[in-house]
Amino acid sequence: MATTETTASGIGPVEGASQYSVDNPAPLIEAPRQRTKKSPKSTRGNFEMAAWLFMRLSGVVLVVLVIGHLLIQLVLDGGVSKIGFAFVAGRWASPFWQVWDLLMLWLAMLHGANGLRTVINDYAERANTRLWLKGLLYTATVFTILLGTLVIFTFDPNIR
Amino acid sequence: MATPVLDKADSAPEPGFADSPYITVTFRIRRFNPEISAEAFWDDFQVEIDPKERVLDALHKIKWELDGSLTFRRSCAHGICGSDAMRINGKNRLACKTLIKDINPAKPITVEAIKGLTVLKDLVVDMDPFFQAYRDVMPFLITKDTNEPTRERLQTAEDRERFDDTTKCILCAACTSSCPVFWNDGQYFGPAAIVNAHRFIFDSRDEAGEQRLEILNDRDGVWRCRTTFNCTDACPRGIEITKAIQEVKRALITRRY
Repeated sequence: MATTETTASGIGPVEGASQYSVDNPAPLIEAPRQRTKKSPKSTRGNFEMAAWLFMRLSGVVLVVLVIGHLLIQLVLDGGVSKIGFAFVAGRWASPFWQVWDLLMLWLAMLHGANGLRTVINDYAERANTRLWLKGLLYTATVFTILLGTLVIFTFDPNIR
Repeated sequence: MATPVLDKADSAPEPGFADSPYITVTFRIRRFNPEISAEAFWDDFQVEIDPKERVLDALHKIKWELDGSLTFRRSCAHGICGSDAMRINGKNRLACKTLIKDINPAKPITVEAIKGLTVLKDLVVDMDPFFQAYRDVMPFLITKDTNEPTRERLQTAEDRERFDDTTKCILCAACTSSCPVFWNDGQYFGPAAIVNAHRFIFDSRDEAGEQRLEILNDRDGVWRCRTTFNCTDACPRGIEITKAIQEVKRALITRRY
């Protein structure tokens, strides 16, 4: 029997002799999505786990801090009308409230920034958009945290 | 003697005696053929069909009797091979497990390809990214013992029960393609890959759980899960997928702290 012709498509007859043999092996089907130089390097690391844990832990602490803060500022002892320079100065005279506000500032800012980071990762489709949005986010976060910390530590009740 | 057959033509109900079970259903199918147009479009088909039939039967009827160019995947047609996951009335389901009467045949029934994967033609998508994520979690038994086993690898009923739920996966991609995180850039491992990693991570006979956890500790691993429960809702096998993902997260945390 004559050797069967090799068709361009590489698909042999369904019945009858195979067109492939030891000397003429079937074309190798390449594995899809092979790792190339272009595919990103290993992205493993514990950062995402730490961020995930931080969101849960800071969330629990923030519930106490923020609800306490709102009660003191807006509900108890005359409500919002009592707030003024003197009220803030009086509270910040105590290291306890300084630590409370500092902790709340840092946790809330980092919690919110990390939340927005995940939102950007989930919704921004182009790498450039992500880069810019995250750059803006990190700038705003660092600025607010540093400014707030500076104010809490250098607050002078006798300022004129 | 001839084999007795149920003669369908004769058993048609007499007029006025019983109503025909057949109703007219409109199927609105998302068509795409790159050889004709770069744009996908909706195509309506009117089908006379018994509402107790499945969506897959209607697709067959359309392909065989109305438009032979309609393209979709199906293999076993009985909910095991996982070939015919599609978006039916906006929800990911298996066409072979969805009865027409259950999805309001009074209105047009929309059928489209699953989201987040490249559509090749009509309802057929490129499953390669999905299976790449599956391959990446090493979905096979790994043991440190290099010798051929001389007996079965025994396991208690409790140990088997630990990962029983995640053995049910048929890799239909209904979960992964229902996940909004996967829709964005397709880099997330996806629920199906995590489910199949879970199946081995919690198998007492397997010894590469640590490796698989490390793989899923990726930037695009389990931590991108937002627990929206889309995957659990979509799973045609009823696997508690979100719970399995949370168990992998917990294993990652308790392993280290």
